Amino acid sequence: MLWYLFKRILQLIPVFLGATLLVYFLVFMLPGDPLAALCGEKGCTPGVAAALTEKYHLDDPFLVQYVNYLGGLFTGDLGVNFSGREIGSILENAFPVTARLAIEALVFEGIFGVIFGLYAGLKRGKLFDSTVLVISLIVIAIPIFVLAFMLQFFVGVRLGLAKPTVSGTAGWGELILPAVVLGLVSFAYVLRLTRTSVAENANADYVRTATAKGLTRGRVIRVHILRNSMIPVATFLGADLGALMGGAVVTEGIFNVPGIGSQLYKALTLGDAPTVVSIVSIMVLIFCVANLLVDLLYAWLDPRIRYA
Amino acid sequence: MRFSRISTFASVAAISVLALSGCGGGTAGGGETDSSAIITADSVEPQNPLVPTNTSENGGGVVVGSIFSGLIAYDEDGKPQNDLADSIDSDDNQNWTIKIKKDKKFTNGEPVTAQSFVDSWNYGAAVKNAQSGANFFSPIEGYDDVSKEGSEEDKMSGLQVVDDNTFTVKLKSPQSDFNLRLGYSAYVPMPESAFKDMKAFGENPVGYGPYKMAKEGAWQHNTQIDLVKNDDYDGPQKAKNGGVTFKLYQNPDTAYQDLLANNLDVLQQIPTSALGNYKDDLGDRSLDEPYAGNQTIAIPYYLKNWSGEAGKLRRQALSMAIDRDEVIKVILNGTRKPATDMTAPVLEGYKDDVKNSENTKFDKDKAKELWEQAEKIQPYDTSEKFTVAYNADAGGHKKWVDAVTNQIKNNLGIEAEGKSYSTFKEVRTDATSGKLTGAVRSGWLGDYPSLYNFMEPTYTKGANSNDSKYDNPEFEKKLDEGLQAKDKNAANKAFQEADSMLLEDLPAIPLWYQQANMGWSESVSNVKASWNGTPMYFDVEKSS
Repeated sequence: MLWYLFKRILQLIPVFLGATLLVYFLVFMLPGDPLAALCGEKGCTPGVAAALTEKYHLDDPFLVQYVNYLGGLFTGDLGVNFSGREIGSILENAFPVTARLAIEALVFEGIFGVIFGLYAGLKRGKLFDSTVLVISLIVIAIPIFVLAFMLQFFVGVRLGLAKPTVSGTAGWGELILPAVVLGLVSFAYVLRLTRTSVAENANADYVRTATAKGLTRGRVIRVHILRNSMIPVATFLGADLGALMGGAVVTEGIFNVPGIGSQLYKALTLGDAPTVVSIVSIMVLIFCVANLLVDLLYAWLDPRIRYA
Repeated sequence: MRFSRISTFASVAAISVLALSGCGGGTAGGGETDSSAIITADSVEPQNPLVPTNTSENGGGVVVGSIFSGLIAYDEDGKPQNDLADSIDSDDNQNWTIKIKKDKKFTNGEPVTAQSFVDSWNYGAAVKNAQSGANFFSPIEGYDDVSKEGSEEDKMSGLQVVDDNTFTVKLKSPQSDFNLRLGYSAYVPMPESAFKDMKAFGENPVGYGPYKMAKEGAWQHNTQIDLVKNDDYDGPQKAKNGGVTFKLYQNPDTAYQDLLANNLDVLQQIPTSALGNYKDDLGDRSLDEPYAGNQTIAIPYYLKNWSGEAGKLRRQALSMAIDRDEVIKVILNGTRKPATDMTAPVLEGYKDDVKNSENTKFDKDKAKELWEQAEKIQPYDTSEKFTVAYNADAGGHKKWVDAVTNQIKNNLGIEAEGKSYSTFKEVRTDATSGKLTGAVRSGWLGDYPSLYNFMEPTYTKGANSNDSKYDNPEFEKKLDEGLQAKDKNAANKAFQEADSMLLEDLPAIPLWYQQANMGWSESVSNVKASWNGTPMYFDVEKSS
């Protein structure tokens, strides 16, 4: 088990290097000159343009820029973005906010998705099941920004139950509405996955055995049906963490959450490679770790799975 | 927190019920005006540290404009009023003597002296500091030495301190509107402490103005910037409220939602998506006023079809083939005013009927006729399709570009379409490097209220924003004539003539003048738009 863990962590290194190289290259290849963005609508004088080019090393070839960036990274210096701010301090401020948002969304979709899915799966074909299926289909079909604007307008503006935007501190309470929006589509998927999986396992031989053994209905459902149905759901949730962080770009924009989404978007439009790479690499790392956790979870969910 | 956790079920149900019943909420404000109440206003994260000479975009501009006052301030109509200046005099428009008021202090207690101005201007001009506003110091003698690539110099020979309250400015050549420029934010003074550590200063700027930063770290990045009233400010823009909190939005639609929920007091510009219904939403809590800005389509001269004598005729034909009223009415909800020249209406000296302004009037038949004439000189090369480039990442340009190109297509019978670039950066790269394959959306937002400012940066040879690469010595001579003029009227007359020359050649096709569409909440009043379209925050009154 420990050896397996060690191997997996070792794998993170090439993944990290590959991801940073690829992302840096892609940003570098984006059309347009970052200088044009830096100079803005009204342009800069040739002298200023030259000074900015030197300051941000815009003239260096790709590999030189990348190696410089990596060098800085290993000494703990991520450099500055195009506004002259330390990228490190930007990440320090923005990441916890996005993390709170993603965790809330994950908890929301995980808990509610599993509960609704379990109930629907046990009562399949009944009214609740059909209703839930139809509604989840609708939710999946509607683009996330439409859902966001709808909920923002009705819950935030019309009903006044929550503020339409999040304040600077972006505490757990304020993030509930954006998190629900962010997790809504995945919630529908989790629900459907759980339902299908539960419906399948409910007819399995070991469930019949367990029931015949005289176990209570509750224990059969919790330990035998639900736990065995969790494997596809756990896989989905693990992979979804990455999607949530990506989806946060849209949701954060609409609810004005000061997370990494807006930073990433701005850096991309400016062609600010160091900032984009720093943000994306952390997302990649989180994604890898989440998947590792899911893999470890398999062994706990299904004792037949062993790692060596 | 008044938020109750709602299951998806309940919220979906609630939404459908609400949608059907059209249920509305909202609280009424009212009460006495409270001069210590803090207003909230929308803005975006400033692109650069808040150094006045390095702030050229709106996000930083509104903050810098609130905490730094210069020699003069512009009133609602763009008329200059003395602020820090006691007098600004010149006999020849080339040698200026500037006296400043005595005993003014920056908000950290340092005195505002003639030296503060000279140091700030030198700092802004020196290329080693790479300030985006450097260009504003280019008329001053000695600018060329400090702005040369790689120059380490940082003292312009044209600036001399006479005593604590007087300094002189020697320009390279006479500039009749030099005094009018001095209200632009690049010309404000910075305290001595700024130059010791500009990086720290950019985070926590200190100036002399209607407001000051609320405290160390009042700029909470990407979230908000807190300003409070500067009680020691004694000028024409004294604040009638206790401060401004700029909430930094990522998305203009979001700010509008906040305004509807009375969660935001002043909204600078109603987002495009709400232009159709904001009057219903806000009623008399909105305004719609022209400001010093315009929208044009610049057509580069390096395109084969659009140069020479035939090109000129085609440009005129194109301009007459656009029904500006129609586009404004249908696409822009009537929120713009058709342009009849290259400048903007709120400026002193603006005339809506300068010579050749008929080239901006819709006339399908005349357009066709001019086009035919051009055909005789040089046939239109159909392999070079007419496109109008725009950036799709902001601003909602697609709709009007499509409408305008459609009109061109229908009225002139040529292929015309919009060309979308995914980012602003890409359009600007092609435009500045002269690699456009068609026309580009362009325009100007005034830095200071002068006709000259609308023509020099956009249509003179080698200027930063000359997208069409227009080069006309006659026109530049006319501009110079205006700059050298002895009095304002003579200057404006020369500028009008220069304007007419542009309207004949049409390096860019003027489309419309911009209008400020502001909205405000139920708790504030007295919201006005300044000459350049930003709210005059200091005048806003909030009730408790």
